Amino acid sequence: MSDNSLLQAMYQSVGINPHTLWAQPDVARIEIHANQVLGVHLVHGLEVDARQLDDGIEARILVTKGTRIAKPIQVCFGMIPDNGVQRIILEIVVEDDARAGVVAHCTFPNARNIRHEMDARLTIGRNAEYAYIERHVHGAEGGVVVIPRSKVRVLEGGRYHTDFELIRGRVGQIDIDIELVGEAHSTSEVAARVSGSGDDRINIREVAHLAGAYARGVLQTSVALRHRAEAMVHNTLRASAPYARGHVDCKEIVQDQAVAKAVPVVEVTHPKAHVTHEAAIGSVDSRQLETLMSRGLSEDEAVDLIIQGLLLKGRSGSQPAGVSYQADVLSVTSS
Amino acid sequence: MTILELKNVTLCLDGKRILNDLSIEFWQGHIHALIGPNGAGKSTTANVIMGLSGYTDFEGDVLYQGRSIKGLTIDQRARLGITLAWQEPARFEGLSVYSFIKAAARNSGDAKVREVLRQVGLDPEKYLSRSVDRTLSGGERKRIELASILAMQPKLVLLDEPDSGIDVEALERIFDALKLLKQQGTTVIMITHSLAVLRHAEHAFLLCCGRLVSKGAVDKIANYFQQRCIPCDHQELKLREAEGLNVG
Ligand SMILES: Nc1ncnc2c1ncn2[C@@H]1O[C@H](COP(=O)(O)OP(=O)(O)OP(=O)(O)O)[C@@H](O)[C@H]1O
Ligand SMILES: [Mg+2]
Repeated sequence: MSDNSLLQAMYQSVGINPHTLWAQPDVARIEIHANQVLGVHLVHGLEVDARQLDDGIEARILVTKGTRIAKPIQVCFGMIPDNGVQRIILEIVVEDDARAGVVAHCTFPNARNIRHEMDARLTIGRNAEYAYIERHVHGAEGGVVVIPRSKVRVLEGGRYHTDFELIRGRVGQIDIDIELVGEAHSTSEVAARVSGSGDDRINIREVAHLAGAYARGVLQTSVALRHRAEAMVHNTLRASAPYARGHVDCKEIVQDQAVAKAVPVVEVTHPKAHVTHEAAIGSVDSRQLETLMSRGLSEDEAVDLIIQGLLLKGRSGSQPAGVSYQADVLSVTSS
Repeated sequence: MTILELKNVTLCLDGKRILNDLSIEFWQGHIHALIGPNGAGKSTTANVIMGLSGYTDFEGDVLYQGRSIKGLTIDQRARLGITLAWQEPARFEGLSVYSFIKAAARNSGDAKVREVLRQVGLDPEKYLSRSVDRTLSGGERKRIELASILAMQPKLVLLDEPDSGIDVEALERIFDALKLLKQQGTTVIMITHSLAVLRHAEHAFLLCCGRLVSKGAVDKIANYFQQRCIPCDHQELKLREAEGLNVG
């Protein structure tokens, strides 16, 4: 397959018309297939330095001091073949007072035996803003092991938002691991929304440390499981500074023989810090189900709609300034 | 013409007789009111007709257009044209008002979704993308419930206290909606404690302790309800029931 047809196939699988995207000079792009950078389009204030590895890419992405990138940067990565390894090592630095949003389309549409690893190190500068949304598209068979690991440092007054979403196709196996430190007056939001079926395995580990005064943090996880899928969610929020405020929220809907476990840990080591948590695991709410069925939906249709709502939650909620789904992303993705 | 008939329905929950040999006929295209004190069994009657879980095991029968619907699931009943607007509607995290109403408006387009919102007095621009979750006020949620019913264009609708939690101005929209349903030929069974709402009905049924105590023209029943139900004449009945005596 030529580079161009690989790219077309990747975009197509995530429902994007690449020509619409390529026609917009103010939208930055980074396109990676397996271990090849197929395309980079930069805008003012964005620097990308990438090199090829045997089994992936190592890249450094810099948003220079004070730059405000208006439209979310579109990152497309993945693999079209049904097997292989893709390892991505990323260093992302958003310098002081800069602002950027990234929408990463991560696609393995034909996966049978694919391993995708991502090791990211992020530094969000003073009063900088960074929002990252990763949307996965997998094949119907699962067949992907996805291991995204990130270590994030949000400096004073910085704002960080990350959102991982896999709601179409099968998971296969996924191990999300995020460690985050928020300094004074920083805001961090970490959301993951995953739907699993078949014998999918989902592990989510999120650890946030609110280390500075007035730091804020929210860890939000929504998981829907069917068949024999299993999920384990370990979310830990630590607050060690005055007026640090945090919340851990985990919702899991289980059906059939699926198994869900959640271990929210909150740890407060300063008397003026405050952290709350909420974990709910259960089947679909019967009143919700009956309401939709009384409008003529079959039980399966009603369950789908309820789960879709649960997984799409958070989207409509606290949207940081860096990325606006409605306005920017959708205008890019509509084909 | 009778569209729905309860025949000698007796329902026990937790060993308590909640509906007691209840027989009622509802007429096609008419607006009926079901009234009675708290705990009379009004919502229970609606739940039995809709076939909600926990309300399907009872003596007697429910006939819709002459056929028993006792064995049908909720969605099967809905596809026959029966629906229910809950007294306290469920909240859905993450589900938009648009998706919620659209789910009921299967065969209509987006224009219908906007139209029904306007009919209940809510501005589509403000509400379509909001979630049907806890951030809606009680009254807003009730109006969205009604909008979804209008979108469905049912043959028979059970409205469980459509007016509770609704402000005076919005109440007018509820009355408009009743008129609209009537025009469409929908049979309405509404449960209410409000005389203002009751006046929009053509027939009234007074329930107490799971029994039909009186039925007929709205004025007659309203008078009876005001004069004899407060205090309740049937306390005696309740006491005997509580003692486990057979009141059947
Ligand atoms: N699942 C249940 N188990 C036991 N008792 C129940 C159950 N559901 C309802 N009841 C009882 O049945 C009686 C009738 O309840 P119902 O909700 O039908 O009353 P209602 O007429 O709608 O009253 P209201 O005007 O307060 O809405 C009440 O005494 C209630 O406590
Ligand atoms: Mg009631």
